[in-house]
Amino acid sequence: MSAEAVVFYLFGAITVLSAAVVVLARSLIYSAFALLFTFFGVAGLYVLLGADFLAATQLLIYVGGILVLLLFGVMLTHKLYDLDLRSEVTQFGAGIIMAAGLFAILTATALRTQWATGPGRPPSVTTAEVGRLFMGQYLLPFEAASILLLVALMGAAMIVRRKNTA
Amino acid sequence: MIGLSHYLIVSAALFSLGMLGILTRRNAVNVLMGVELVLNSGNLNLVAFSRFGTGNLQGQLFAVFVIVIAAAEVAVALAIVLTLYRLRRTSNLDEADILRG
Repeated sequence: MSAEAVVFYLFGAITVLSAAVVVLARSLIYSAFALLFTFFGVAGLYVLLGADFLAATQLLIYVGGILVLLLFGVMLTHKLYDLDLRSEVTQFGAGIIMAAGLFAILTATALRTQWATGPGRPPSVTTAEVGRLFMGQYLLPFEAASILLLVALMGAAMIVRRKNTA
Repeated sequence: MIGLSHYLIVSAALFSLGMLGILTRRNAVNVLMGVELVLNSGNLNLVAFSRFGTGNLQGQLFAVFVIVIAAAEVAVALAIVLTLYRLRRTSNLDEADILRG
């Protein structure tokens, strides 16, 4: 087994197993911390795919931003002395059947389809190229995304503001 | 040799687990975690196709946009969850039925 295969199976196992913990853990805190390992695993797979800029972005935004925000969400919607941070589960049997069926269909599709794989891009430094594309060919989506972020942040602040202090 | 289908299968597992979380969990924050898993699986697909495809970087650029959307989504969704908690003292989605006629 080549070194690439070893690293792939390591990160793939980290990703999938911790994602299973996220979904199956009883406690919300366990779920949130398992999500940390899922994000790390996906970042490792990005590095393996030669997407170094994207791996750094994944760590900065998902681990540094979204996960912290989710932890705030857990803490703010439960009382702190409430040790029992449980999440109710409903229709678990039907959900398992649905998820297993979905996984079977997706796997069969991935294996049977004749993907139009080209020569591929050998792993190389991507940051400069990504920056050039954002400032050139993809400038309009880039600006639209920045306006979307601004609007979303202002909207979030508006929604949580207490009405009587306005 | 690790090929495209290996990454697609990992991504399919992530997607299925995320869907399982969205469907079976009743806590709003936990459902959001499932949505993050689904978004990550989509991103993994985009980057894998970018790596094994025709050799351009478009897949990675799309993945960056997905991350931006995810950040905006989780900020607004958590604002809604906090407002729900303030109104109803709960973050259980089954109890958020104020609009039901």
